[in-house]
Amino acid sequence: MHDRTWAIDRDEGRTVNELIAVSTTPFETPSIEVPDDLKPNLLVTSVDALVNWGRKSALWPVSFGLACCAFEMMATAMGRFDIARFGMEAFRASPRQADLMIIAGTVTWKMAPPIRRIYDQMAEPKWVISMGVCATSGGPYYGSYSVAPGVDHIVPVDVYVPGCPPRPDALLYGIMELHEKIKKYRHLRKTTAPAPDQKGLPEGLTEGGIS
Amino acid sequence: MAVQDVTGQELSELLAGSLPEAVAGYDETAVWVYPSQIDVVAARLRDEPSLDFQFLNSISAVDFVEYFDLVYHLTSLRRQRCAIVKARVYGRDNLSAPSVYRVWQGADFQEREIWDLMGLNFEGHPNMKRIMLWEGFEGHPLRKDFL
Repeated sequence: MHDRTWAIDRDEGRTVNELIAVSTTPFETPSIEVPDDLKPNLLVTSVDALVNWGRKSALWPVSFGLACCAFEMMATAMGRFDIARFGMEAFRASPRQADLMIIAGTVTWKMAPPIRRIYDQMAEPKWVISMGVCATSGGPYYGSYSVAPGVDHIVPVDVYVPGCPPRPDALLYGIMELHEKIKKYRHLRKTTAPAPDQKGLPEGLTEGGIS
Repeated sequence: MAVQDVTGQELSELLAGSLPEAVAGYDETAVWVYPSQIDVVAARLRDEPSLDFQFLNSISAVDFVEYFDLVYHLTSLRRQRCAIVKARVYGRDNLSAPSVYRVWQGADFQEREIWDLMGLNFEGHPNMKRIMLWEGFEGHPLRKDFL
């Protein structure tokens, strides 16, 4: 049996080393972009508001805890803080059914390929919250041989929640900020509309709400 | 009944009767054996009725730069006794010691961990490869000279 697992281990090691080699810079925070082929469509109603409301009101997270931050994430789901108020109590066991990945804990390089894989398996639209300093930048393990310097080297992150670990209040605040972000997506746009700013925010809205 | 510690002297006397060539000495808490004999000593510690150390608590490796110490913590559950066996391995490259996996199967992961983080190879281990870090990682990070 041991001989047979060698190939798997070598394969895993190669995957990790390749990921380290290519993960030298963090991803940009995802901006709200409209694909070119959607731009000519005409918008006469507030479909955006409806779609965004639907998306933000049932943001199902994937059950995915890496380290001690996961306990705070679980506490967030319990009665005292009650993530069900946001329609998010359904922590899905399958990434196919989830919209949100909460990276709760230290991201080691050995765990990085599974994280990337789960992220890739999630259906669009999908969002990522980096919970705690370890996932955000490596935190106390910054510069360690085994810890990735931030999960944004592996997947794009929408909201960063600082703390070690962040209290459930902080996570809920991060979730509410993500809701605000989702509310500002524009799916359809008149071609004659003024060019949106870099983030694609609607006119009159500033970026102030996004952390 | 509390678990009693066996002193190094007592353990050394118990071992010296049957394995005089394996015992290197003793101190207050532990008996020192030669690393090449560690598997023989382990089998004796487990099988000899007067010793009866059937449970391996832990294996540790300590880096002293010039040498590594291997520390084996043992417990006899029947006799309610604890013992510590130590072995000193000199050098820094291509280090090895016999595996005690055949005596205590609990040594499996611990010896792999020592290989992974300290770089001591255990001969006779059925699956001597990294356990925490990934294959292809260079170096052994718990060594004093790892940067």
